[in-house]
Amino acid sequence: MIQFQYTRATAAKAALDAISRDKTAMFIAGGTNLVDLMKRGIVSPERLIDISRLPLTDITTEGKSLKIGSLALNSTVAENKTVQQKQPLLVQALNAGASAQIRNMATVGGNMLQRTRCHYFYDTALPCNKREPGSGCGALEGFNRMHAIFGFSEKCIAVHPSDMSVALVALDATVVVDGPKGQRRIPFIDFHRLPGDRPEIDTNLLPGELILGVEIPDNRFAKNVHYLKVRDRASYAFALVSVAAALQIEKKVIRDARLALGGVAHKPWRLSEAERALVGKPVSESTFREVAQLAMKGAKGFKYNEYKLKLTPNAIIQALKVASKLV
Amino acid sequence: MSKINSRDQQSGESKSDSRRDFLKQSAVLTGAVLTPSIALKAAEAQWDEKLAEALEKIPLKLEVNGVSKSLMVEPRVTLLDLLREQLNLTGTKKGCDYGQCGACTVHVNGTRVLSCLTLAVMQDGRKVTTIEGLAEGDQLHPMQEAFLKHDGFQCGYCTPGQIMSAIACIREGHADSEEEIREYMSGNICRCGAYPNIVNAIVEVKKGGKKV
Ligand SMILES: Cc1cc2nc3c(=O)[nH]c(=O)nc-3n(C[C@H](O)[C@H](O)[C@H](O)COP(=O)(O)OP(=O)(O)OC[C@H]3O[C@@H](n4cnc5c(N)ncnc54)[C@H](O)[C@@H]3O)c2cc1C
Ligand code: FES
Ligand code: FES
Repeated sequence: MIQFQYTRATAAKAALDAISRDKTAMFIAGGTNLVDLMKRGIVSPERLIDISRLPLTDITTEGKSLKIGSLALNSTVAENKTVQQKQPLLVQALNAGASAQIRNMATVGGNMLQRTRCHYFYDTALPCNKREPGSGCGALEGFNRMHAIFGFSEKCIAVHPSDMSVALVALDATVVVDGPKGQRRIPFIDFHRLPGDRPEIDTNLLPGELILGVEIPDNRFAKNVHYLKVRDRASYAFALVSVAAALQIEKKVIRDARLALGGVAHKPWRLSEAERALVGKPVSESTFREVAQLAMKGAKGFKYNEYKLKLTPNAIIQALKVASKLV
Repeated sequence: MSKINSRDQQSGESKSDSRRDFLKQSAVLTGAVLTPSIALKAAEAQWDEKLAEALEKIPLKLEVNGVSKSLMVEPRVTLLDLLREQLNLTGTKKGCDYGQCGACTVHVNGTRVLSCLTLAVMQDGRKVTTIEGLAEGDQLHPMQEAFLKHDGFQCGYCTPGQIMSAIACIREGHADSEEEIREYMSGNICRCGAYPNIVNAIVEVKKGGKKV
C-alpha cells in the first residue's frame, strides 16, 4: 500500500471541509472495501479522512419512516429491534452479506459504495474500463460467469455486489447526502447508475459528497418478505443472483409488491413492471411463474453466465413462494 | 466514484513520489557539509525513505491484552501487521490479508473484527484482545479447552481466528443451534476441514453456560 496522510474527522462538517480542500482525499468508514482496494493498488488516495467516528450512527423512527445513519454498522442495523420489526427484508439482506466479522466493521454508507468484485477490475494486469477507462472490458469476451444480464454496455458488464442495496432499492429508500451542493436527497433507485460510456462512475454521488444516512418509508410488507441469495457456497460468498421480495397480501390476493434483483446488473435491479403485474393477482405458483417471465424481459447472457437466464426466474419464483408462505 | 479512477490515473506521479524527490533533494542539500559523493550515497541508500517514515508516523494509543501501549505507526499499517510485526503477537495469523479467511480475527472493544482490513490508527484508544490475551496464567479459556478436547483443528493455522470468532459467536447470541453456529462462523475458513469438531467445541462451551 502506498503511503498516505491520515486525518480523523469527528464532525460531518469537518469531514466535508477536509475533503473539499484535498481533491486526492477519500473517506474511509469501515475500511473493509477500501483497505482491500488500496492494498491491491486499485485505488490510491493520498489522504484518508476517517469518518468512522462521526456521530451518524443513530437508528430512529421519524414520522412515517425509519432513518439509519450512514456510519451505523451493518451488524448493528441487523440486530436492531426496530429495524427487525419494521424492515425485516433489510435485516435478511444484511445478514446474507459477507461474514459476522465484516458486518461488525462495514457501515451502511460504505456498503452502498462498495465496488464491483469483477475479476478484471481486481486484477491490475488485466484490462478494465471501470478501473482504467479506455483499457477495454476484459469480461466481455472473457470469463464472465459472475456478470450482468441486464443493463450492461459494451464498455462494462460488471455487477454491483451489495446485498443490502437490493433490499433498499426494493423498499423505496432515499439516500441523504451533504456536500458542495448542500444537502440533497437521492431516491435509492437513482443512486447507483448503469455503466453506459462511463463505467468508472458507479453512482450519482458527486465528488466531495458525504452520505449522511438512508430513510425507508414505512410499509405493510413486514409479514411477507424474503431475501433469497444464490451463491457458490452456503455462506460468505457474493451472490450469483439474489432476489428481494416483499408482498402485501390480503385474503390470498396480492395488494402490493416490491421486487428487486442483485448480481444481475451494474446496479441493484428493481423490477417495477413485474411488481405491477403482481398486484391484484392471487397468491399462486402460476402467478409467480408469469411474473418471473415478465421480469426477464430484455435479459441477455454471455458465454459463461447464460445459466443466469434460467437461475434468475427460478430464484424469483422461489423468493415469492417463500415470501407468500406458499412453501 | 469517478473521482477515484481519474485520481488513480493522475496518481502515476503521486505525492509520495514527489515527496521522495523532495527529500532526496533536501538530503542532498543538507548534505552540503558532506562531500557530494557521501550525500549522493545517502540519497541512493534511501536514507530519505527512513526519514520520511519517521516523519510520517503518527501516535497511537491502544490497550492490547490488558496492557496500555503508546505507539508510533504509519497510517498504512493494518492492525494485523502492527500486532504481528511491531508487537510480536504472532498468534493472530495472516491467511489471505484480504478479508477472505478470518485467520486474523481479533476483538476490538469486545467485538470480533478482521485485523487485516482495518488500519491500526483507526482503532486509536480502543481495547484489542488477541488469542494471546485469552488465557489467565496457565488457565486456558474455556473455548481453548474445548478446541483441544474436540480436536477443533489439524494444522492449527486457522485456529486463533476460529477461537476468537467462536467466543464472539456465543457472546453475540448466535450459537443456539448447530445451523446457526455454522452460519455465524462462516467467516472463518479452515483448509483442513475441522468444521464438525469446531462446531462441537462451540456447542459444548455454549451448553456449559460459562461466561466467555
Ligand atoms: C471477503 C468479503 C466478502 C464480502 N461479501 C459480501 C457480500 O456477500 N455481500 C455484500 O453486500 N458485501 C460483501 N462484502 C463487502 C462489504 O459489505 C463491504 O466491504 C462493506 O459494506 C463496505 O463498507 P465499509 O464501511 O467497510 O466501507 P469502506 O471500505 O470504508 O468504504 C467504501 C467506499 O465508500 C466510501 N464511503 C464510505 N462511507 C461513506 C460515506 N458516509 N459517505 C461517502 N462515502 C463513503 C469510501 O470512501 C470508499 O470509497 C464482502 C467483503 C469482503 C472483504
Ligand atoms: S488474513 Fe484477514 S481475513 Fe484472511
Ligand atoms: S486447522 Fe488447518 S486450516 Fe484449520
